[in-house]
Amino acid sequence: MSKKKNTLLVSCEEAKHICDKMQYGEATLLERLKLRFRIMWCRATKSYSKKNSDLTQLCKKAKIKTLDQEKKVAMKRKIDDFS
Amino acid sequence: MILKKPKEHDISFSPNLNLHLAKVLFKLFILHLKETITTVPKHKLNPSKWVDLYADYLYNYTISRVNDTIIAEDLVQDTFLAGLKSAENFKGEAAERTWLISILKRKIIDHYRKINSNKGKAEVKMDLNFDSEQEGSWLEQKVADNYDLNAEDALQNKELGLAIQDCLTKLPKKQAEVFIKKTIQGMDTEDICKELNITASNLWVIIHRARTNLMECLENNWYKNE
Repeated sequence: MSKKKNTLLVSCEEAKHICDKMQYGEATLLERLKLRFRIMWCRATKSYSKKNSDLTQLCKKAKIKTLDQEKKVAMKRKIDDFS
Repeated sequence: MILKKPKEHDISFSPNLNLHLAKVLFKLFILHLKETITTVPKHKLNPSKWVDLYADYLYNYTISRVNDTIIAEDLVQDTFLAGLKSAENFKGEAAERTWLISILKRKIIDHYRKINSNKGKAEVKMDLNFDSEQEGSWLEQKVADNYDLNAEDALQNKELGLAIQDCLTKLPKKQAEVFIKKTIQGMDTEDICKELNITASNLWVIIHRARTNLMECLENNWYKNE
């Protein structure tokens, strides 16, 4: 395991994991380097990375809003009261 | 010419009588089945789950049409209450969400009616000073709607929001919960882990699954329409 961590070569799963982290800006510099390195020759990682960043952008663009938890609880209470 | 009489089938002597009868009975049975399937309601209302399942979807739907978060909240609330009141009228033909949306649509229209009647009163009171040399004193500009120039772009984004929301509802509950907390509400990994009592690696696995599912869903629903 320790040997794996030191090399630049990462498995596809690990690369995807790094890619997920990167969408939230939580990947370290070394990790990003590893991902870049794998993207150079691995098509699966490349397409995953592309789709993943697309998804992040779509989510940002859509500006989805969610109701506050408190308001949801209040709504639930009202519904319970009624029925 | 003498026309030959068409041969009459004497059913009672037909050797295929049993087979024939069986076929007829079978058809009747199928018809009966079809009828019972269509008359039994496919969907049932479950008000206690409404908030968890549909509140966010309805909320986004309303925001894209009303453009005001507080009014949107009220409208969603009203929709749920109206749904409860008319729950008896629910025939079970449409899915729960479709039914709620149809109520919400009426609520939104009512809301605009209210606003419009207020607008009408305001127009009467408005004084038009034609003497002023100010540009833009036209009535048209005073009651202009506040759509901006990139309205089409905004519209597309709203549709996108609903498409994502739609895909989110198809996800398993846990995945959707974690994804929303992390991506849309922007919570920290640690906080989510504490709240849901899971480990960090566990969280990333859930996020990964959610993202893969979402990508697939959006590919089918969003990119195809574009």
